[in-house]
Amino acid sequence: MTANTNQPTHTRAYADVLHDPIWVRIGLSGIAIGFIVLFLCIPLALVMVEAFAKGWQAYWSALILPDTQAAMRLTLLTAMATVPLNTFFGIAAAWAITRFEFFGKSLLTTLIDLPFSVSPVISGLIFVLLFGLQGWFGHWLSAHNLKIIFAVPGIVLVTLFITFPFVARELIPLMQEMGSEEEEAALSLGATGWQTFFLITLPNIKWALLYGILLCNARAMGEFGAVSVVSGHIRGLTNTLPLHVEVSYNEYDAVGAFASASILAGLAVVTLVLKTALEWRQGKK
Amino acid sequence: MSILLTNISKRFGQFSALHDINLEIPEGELVALLGPSGCGKTTLLRIIAGLEKADHGRVLLSGEDKTEQHVSHRGIGFVFQHYALFRHMTVFNNVAFGLRVKNRRQRPSEAQIASKVHALLELVQLDWLHDRYPDQLSGGQRQRIALARALAVEPSVLLLDEPFGALDASVRKDLRQWLRNLHHELNVTSIFVTHDQEEAMEVASQVVVLNHGRIEQQGSPSDIYDHPANEFVSGFIGQTNVFTLDAHDAEWLQTTGLQVTQQGAIAHVRPHDIEITKALDSSKATAVLKDWQHLGALIRIELIKNTDNDKKTTLFAEMPNEQFKRLQVNKGDPVDLNIRQAHWFH
Repeated sequence: MTANTNQPTHTRAYADVLHDPIWVRIGLSGIAIGFIVLFLCIPLALVMVEAFAKGWQAYWSALILPDTQAAMRLTLLTAMATVPLNTFFGIAAAWAITRFEFFGKSLLTTLIDLPFSVSPVISGLIFVLLFGLQGWFGHWLSAHNLKIIFAVPGIVLVTLFITFPFVARELIPLMQEMGSEEEEAALSLGATGWQTFFLITLPNIKWALLYGILLCNARAMGEFGAVSVVSGHIRGLTNTLPLHVEVSYNEYDAVGAFASASILAGLAVVTLVLKTALEWRQGKK
Repeated sequence: MSILLTNISKRFGQFSALHDINLEIPEGELVALLGPSGCGKTTLLRIIAGLEKADHGRVLLSGEDKTEQHVSHRGIGFVFQHYALFRHMTVFNNVAFGLRVKNRRQRPSEAQIASKVHALLELVQLDWLHDRYPDQLSGGQRQRIALARALAVEPSVLLLDEPFGALDASVRKDLRQWLRNLHHELNVTSIFVTHDQEEAMEVASQVVVLNHGRIEQQGSPSDIYDHPANEFVSGFIGQTNVFTLDAHDAEWLQTTGLQVTQQGAIAHVRPHDIEITKALDSSKATAVLKDWQHLGALIRIELIKNTDNDKKTTLFAEMPNEQFKRLQVNKGDPVDLNIRQAHWFH
């Protein structure tokens, strides 16, 4: 009897702990939403407003400028070169780290994060120091008439460096958690290494892999700092879309700058939608 | 297929997991690798399978040296403790996997695969689950599917790593019997790893007892129970009362009718080898009855030695229920003991 009468008081006590007063809830939510509107929504809207400030015509003609087109092509090319390579490297690194014991494993695990911890400008400079005219390989490269810095190969190389961690970092914790028993089972049933990878490993990691590829792609298309250092800003040749935005803006071509920016912003929104969809899909599993 | 292991050794860093193992398993046996955790039994199983590489020694299957052969070519079936079913495939596709990955020349047609998979699923009595996914099955069902999957490639050796380790006690009991019957039906040489001596005794035709990476004894369950090779085996298999022959224990054991002369320094006595009678003269009684527990058909009786020194160690005896009732004793009653036999060690 006493237990019964006591119960409601207990529940209320819990409820009081879990539910803050209404003004706290509204206040905190308000601050969060206000922050998002002020720092995310308004700038994004402003990009669109500025891009269309002089109407559809001006927007469209800014986009079809040969330099803008060249920047888009270069951005796509960079992404197409780096994303597949880093998908491959990422899987290889995750596989090595989660499936084998070898000397220097923990060092490798730490080094994978290096591109995240180093400022992108430093990353760019490293490549200039390596491949630039005064760099380590500079003489050899110029003797063989090879151009890396201030050319497309340099842009691809730094982007490759910057975006390396995305796929590996998505896969390592997942593959660690999964363990290798299913793979061992497949091998014991007579499957080859490739069959095991494509029939067992890949289906189990595919959503995390897609997620990593998506983030890798977004960064490959949006990277500014490192690419800026090695690109040389040659219009129509070594300007990627983010660089093109800066160049246009510096030349007081607001519509041109914001039109290119709207493409990148649109890309970001598409990435976010896909990312949410993938997270939802992963959560459902 | 017979299995022959010669001089198998394996280290993990500083830890010596296996130490010069020599083992011969004749064709058609159902063998238990039994030992406490960390004794190297799973490592040994994985070395036979080719999932682990021994530092030294050779693995021969049917007289053929398979030491250097990859796991996928050894023709073994491996059943994992946590089943390792392919979680993204249906039960049917799990069992069909081993047939589908065969190269083109050896691969059966889809129709042949289907009939074989259904036959195997019927063998493990789970054909009705063929379109389910592993996470929709119970532990016992998963283990049977894992076994069907391993059998699909017609392995010449079946290796099971703690096959019942992750199951409920009641499911485990059923599956043990079932595995024994299945082995009888298929007669494929099988090795299973277990730390449960009861399970090993119940299921296996041969038991190999391992400890600290060495084989302590190999033999039939009754062999190992009735003639343990050393103290470890005797203590690990079944319950036992340990007597160390310092002056008092020797004297006391004499009063129970056991011959203690020159046989060894340590005596192991099985609980069912202790016979209890009501004390005729309570001043000369050898022990006092402390308590008892019902174990179904048997009663386990706790006894306290009636000695002059302070070491009031508890002994365990076992006898059938009915016999205990006829004895008509109560807690605290003095009793006389008659120890029929003991295993002696130095």
